[in-house]
Amino acid sequence: MSVPMESPISFTNVGRSKWWHRGIFASQTGYVLLALVVLMIAMRFASPYFFTEGNMQNVAKNFSFIAIATLGITFVIITGGIDLSVGSMMCFSAMITSMVMVELSAPGSLFVHMAADGKTIVANTPGLILLISVLAGLLAAFIVGLINGFCIAVLGLSPFVTTLGMLSIVRGLAYVVSNGRGSFPGGPDADLFYALTSGDVYGVPAPFIYLVILAVVMAVVLHHTSFGRHVFALGGNEKAAELTGIPVVRVKIEVYVICALAAGLQGIIISGWLGSAPANMATSYELNVIAAAVIGGANLAGGLGGPLGAIVGCVLLEVIRNGLVLAQVNSYWQQTLVGVIIILAVLVDRIRSRMT
Amino acid sequence: MASADTTPVLELTGIGKEFGAIRALHDVDMQVRPGEVVGLMGDNGAGKSTLVKIIAGNFRPTHGEIRFDGNAVHFSRPVDARAVGIEVVYQDLALADNLTAAANVFLGRELKRKFGPIALLDHKAMASRALDLFGELRSETRPHDLVKQMSGGQRQAVAIARTRLSNAKLVMMDEPTAAISVRQVEQVLSLIHRLKEQGVAVMLISHRMPDVFAVCDRVVVMRRGEKRADKPIHETSPEEVTALITGAKEAA
Repeated sequence: MSVPMESPISFTNVGRSKWWHRGIFASQTGYVLLALVVLMIAMRFASPYFFTEGNMQNVAKNFSFIAIATLGITFVIITGGIDLSVGSMMCFSAMITSMVMVELSAPGSLFVHMAADGKTIVANTPGLILLISVLAGLLAAFIVGLINGFCIAVLGLSPFVTTLGMLSIVRGLAYVVSNGRGSFPGGPDADLFYALTSGDVYGVPAPFIYLVILAVVMAVVLHHTSFGRHVFALGGNEKAAELTGIPVVRVKIEVYVICALAAGLQGIIISGWLGSAPANMATSYELNVIAAAVIGGANLAGGLGGPLGAIVGCVLLEVIRNGLVLAQVNSYWQQTLVGVIIILAVLVDRIRSRMT
Repeated sequence: MASADTTPVLELTGIGKEFGAIRALHDVDMQVRPGEVVGLMGDNGAGKSTLVKIIAGNFRPTHGEIRFDGNAVHFSRPVDARAVGIEVVYQDLALADNLTAAANVFLGRELKRKFGPIALLDHKAMASRALDLFGELRSETRPHDLVKQMSGGQRQAVAIARTRLSNAKLVMMDEPTAAISVRQVEQVLSLIHRLKEQGVAVMLISHRMPDVFAVCDRVVVMRRGEKRADKPIHETSPEEVTALITGAKEAA
C-alpha cells in the first residue's frame, strides 16, 4: 500500500520553464513596457523635441501627477476591488490642505494665539503650518478611505457602488467647504509648499522623486511583507484567504485607506503645481488612474498588479499625450487613443495567455 | 493502533444543527482518538459536510457539545479551530491560484525575518520547508510554481502540505482523493499513514470505498443527518457500508 518515502523525488516530466516564460517577461507589464520603449524610439524619429531635457522633464512631471494615485489604486485592484472616488479625493485633500494653510496663517485665526509680533504662534515656526496643513489634508483622505473600507469590508457593499457614491459625496463636500470657489495655498509657507510640490532637484521634478520612493516602498510591501502577500491572496481567492485565517476585513480596509491617502497626497501635489485647488480639480481623473493601472497589467478581476506596471501605464499614457501634441495631432484624439490602448493591452494579454 | 483507554482527541456529544426548518444533523455522538483514522461516509446530503464544518468552526452547532483534548471548545471562526490543533483540507482546496505553491502553504502564517522594526518575508526558508513537505508527500511540486499552472494532484499536495506545518492533532480531509490520479491517490493514502504514525488523528471524508478500507481503523456512516453506524473496519465490509449509506440497511 504505502510508497517508500526514502526514495528521492524526481521531476521526470516537469522541466523548469524558460526564463522568458517567467516573471516580468511573461506579464502584461513586460510587453507594455516593450511597447513603451518602441513608442519612445518612434517618437525620437517623429519629433526632434521629444528627447530634449525640457520635454523629458515635462513628461516626468506630468505622469507623476497621476502615478502616485495609480500606485494607491493598484493595491485596491489587486484585492479585486475598485475605487472610483480617487479624483474627488485628490480635490478634497488639496482643498483642505490649502484652506488649513491659509487659516493657520491668518492673524488672529480661531486655532492659534497671537504672538508678540502680531503673527500667530504656528506662523513663527517655519514649515510648521505646511506640515499641519498637509497632515490635515491626508487626515481627510484617511477618514474617507476608512469609510470606504468599512462599507465594503464590514457592511459588505459592492466596491463599485460604494466608491461611486463616495465620488459624489467627496466632490460635493469640496464644493461645500469652498462654497464652489476653490481655495489657494497662502501664508508664509506657500513658497515652501510650491518648492516641495512643483520644484525640482538637479532638474528632477519633485513629484517624480516622491513617486520613485513610494514605488520602491510599495514593491517591498507587496512582495516582501505578509500584508502584501495577503493583498494578493485576497485577489486570488477571497474564500481561501478567509479559511487560512487572513484578517480579510482588516486587509480590505487597509487597502482602501492606502488608496485614499495616495490620492490625497497626489491632489496636494497637483494643487502645488496648479497654484490653487479649484472645486472642479481632477474631475474624472479616476478614469485615467484606473486606465493607467489596467494598461500596466493590474487585473480588475484581482490577483495581479504592481508598482512597475502602475508607472509603466502612466508613462505610456503621458508619452502618447505628449507625442500627439508634438506631432501636432488634434489633442481631442488623445482620449480616443487611450481607450484603444486600454482594450489593446488587455486583448494582447488574453491572446498571450491562450497561446501558452 | 489506537487503544480504547486513551483520551479521545475529539469528542462530540449530541451534536445537532438546524438551518431554519431543515434539520441537517441530529444527535451525533462521536469520538476520535489520537493516531486513529476514521472514515466518515454517507451519500450527498447525509450531513457529512455539515459535521465537518461544525468541527472546523465554520458553523456553530445548534445543540450539543464539542470537546477537544478533554476540554469543551466553542469555535466561532475557523481560526479558532486551527488554534487548538484542527486542520482541514477542503474539497475545493482553498488555494489562491495567483500565488506560488510555497506562498499557499504558508498563507496566513508566513515565516518572517526581522530587520529592526520591520518584518520581511523569509522566502528562502519558506521555499525549502515547502520543498521538504512536498518531498514527504512524494509530490512533484516545485515551491516556486504558481498554483494556477498545477495539476489536481499537485494542488492536493499543496493543500495537504499546509496541514503539516502546524502540530495539528486532528486533520480532516474532505474528499482528498476525488479529483486526482491513481498514483497520487496512493501518495495521499500513504500520507495519511504517516500522520497516523505520528499520533495525529485523521478524519477521512470520502466516497471511495477502497480508500476508506485501505487506511481507516473505523468507519462512521451518516444518513439523513444521523449517525447510522460506527464500527471498526475489520468488523464490517464494503457491502455492509454501501447498504448503510443507501439505506438498504437501517443501522449497525
